[in-house]
Amino acid sequence: MKRSRLLGVALASIALSVGALGAAQAADPLKMAFVYVGPVGDGGWTFAHDLGRKAMEKALGSKVSTSFVENVPESGDAERVIRDLATKGNTIILTTSFGYMDSTLKVAKSFPKVEFYHATGFKSASNVTIYNSRMYEPAYLAGIIAGHMSKTGKLGFVASFPIPEVVRNINAYTMGARSVNSKITTKVVWVSTWYDPSKERQAAEALIGQGADVLLQNTDSSATLQTAQDKGVYAFGWDSDMAAYAPKAHLASAIETWGGYYTKLAEAALAGKPLKQTVWGGIREGMNDLVNVNPVIPETARKIVAAKKAEIAGGMQVFTGPIMGQDGSVKVAAGKSLTDKEIDSVNWYVEGVEGQLPGQK
Amino acid sequence: MSVSITPLVASAVAAALPLLIAALGELVTERAGLLNLGVEGMMLLGALASFVAVTHGAGLPLAVACGLLAGMAGALVFGLLTISLQASQVATGLSLTILGTGISSFLGRGYVGYRAPASFEPIAVPWLSDLPIIGPLFELNILGYAAVVIMIAVGWLLARTRAGLALRSVGESPVVARALGLKVTRIRYAAVLFGGAMAGLAGTYYALAQLKMWQEGLTSGNGWIALALVVFATWRPGRVAIGALLFGGVTALGLWLQTVGVGVSTFALASLPYLATVVVLVSISADQQALRRFAPAALGKPFFDGD
Repeated sequence: MKRSRLLGVALASIALSVGALGAAQAADPLKMAFVYVGPVGDGGWTFAHDLGRKAMEKALGSKVSTSFVENVPESGDAERVIRDLATKGNTIILTTSFGYMDSTLKVAKSFPKVEFYHATGFKSASNVTIYNSRMYEPAYLAGIIAGHMSKTGKLGFVASFPIPEVVRNINAYTMGARSVNSKITTKVVWVSTWYDPSKERQAAEALIGQGADVLLQNTDSSATLQTAQDKGVYAFGWDSDMAAYAPKAHLASAIETWGGYYTKLAEAALAGKPLKQTVWGGIREGMNDLVNVNPVIPETARKIVAAKKAEIAGGMQVFTGPIMGQDGSVKVAAGKSLTDKEIDSVNWYVEGVEGQLPGQK
Repeated sequence: MSVSITPLVASAVAAALPLLIAALGELVTERAGLLNLGVEGMMLLGALASFVAVTHGAGLPLAVACGLLAGMAGALVFGLLTISLQASQVATGLSLTILGTGISSFLGRGYVGYRAPASFEPIAVPWLSDLPIIGPLFELNILGYAAVVIMIAVGWLLARTRAGLALRSVGESPVVARALGLKVTRIRYAAVLFGGAMAGLAGTYYALAQLKMWQEGLTSGNGWIALALVVFATWRPGRVAIGALLFGGVTALGLWLQTVGVGVSTFALASLPYLATVVVLVSISADQQALRRFAPAALGKPFFDGD
């Protein structure tokens, strides 16, 4: 972390001295800082954000100088780190985890000239812009594959925290599977952490022990996928392409691709017109995708996935009725779709998900 | 609903083994009177070293050697500072954890993203491994079996041999031990290095037997649990195994209960390991006598060996 900050300073000073030597475009680089919840080497969520940061750096060169702080807990510590970055003269600060929401808003109040971008939250302010990726879209596509590949008819989901972002991915995964096999059910295990490979592994073992044979995880490491390979079942990569971790078990990876958005927001800020619009992009906007589909999946299934992907890219909404709740009651009527606001506050399971959603009566 | 309990035991055993290895190493270190809080750091060094070795084509035995050596290298730094230079053991141990975490994440950058090309796979003991419930105990990988052997060896060494007696007396009173003609410094170095080797082996277990990958902070705080297990076991090797199984089991149970659809709040289940820790710590401190009998009297105190 310090290292990269030093590097940032070094880059900045090189840029400055080049400017002093009389080279053209001597404007100060745009200082951008990223706050990461995990290590950049997690191979998942934070790794994907860091790939985005690097892609932006590559696209904009010396016009930007970036730094990051990794492993920042979603507690009071986050506020201290964000405040520190704001005091250090960063003009754009990106806080890349849900739990940073209130800390970001708090710091943003004291630094009106700094633009804050918060990933996956739902509270914005004049200088706090929200951006998010509709990961439920690739989760739905993964579900279609799972529905084809499952022999036991039981899917497993290793989940982090019962927040809408995760609940809707469980729902989408289950809906995708049930669109090809209406008997499929999904078991969910909550691990109460974003990153703990040992615990994620234990959760996957518990699911496999109960008969689940295609797993998806909404956590940040590849432990679930590795466990699936060891136990001879299937799983998916999440956030980053994880095919290399477990080539046999890996069916496909639902990935985030942040680079394009990061480049766009930096360019807008350089042009003096910072982006203020809430962005919630999906497959259509190029913010995520389902990649590296394993050839072991039957041709028919792959065709269905490709067709659905094209539909989603063309504007199809995954949460379109009829959608049943767990008790079989109609939650979304035929022909109706959930609004973005509803998707962003979903606190119920669809039919086919087993167990009770934590915190719900 | 037909529910098999065997996978739960398997999961608990798998989680317990690396904890057991690391805790045994720390137990020996502490029995010699040194408190090394750097277990987590040494584990990460061992994990990375063994993963890097395997990635560059080394066989598994060589990878294990690299893991052991990396853990020992960390321990050597600890030894130099605390034994030879009498630095604070608590501060040095904490720095070692920070150092190990930092070095491993820095050097490990290029190794994130793929599976270990070679790894330790379970070897089943015929017939025994098919037994219900206890079957998983007979389907470990080589490192797992090694952990059991090490546990027995450490227990025997401490309780029944001259070397064990020497080690314990150094931990009880280095002054008296020295007066008796024991080489206190040498014994303490040996104990610290053994602790480092075991932490390195535990790290190797995570990297090559359990998770089969490298990611930053791979051991996710388990070094601290190993440290706690030593106290939990009141410095007795057999009890370390029970503690490790209990801890692994409680975590697995919390996750497993979710899959069988027991109507207990997942928040309550997630707090099970911590509740168990509180219960155990309270029950241990209730037995002050046992604590005093087994806790090394000179634990954590610097000793100046004037030779």
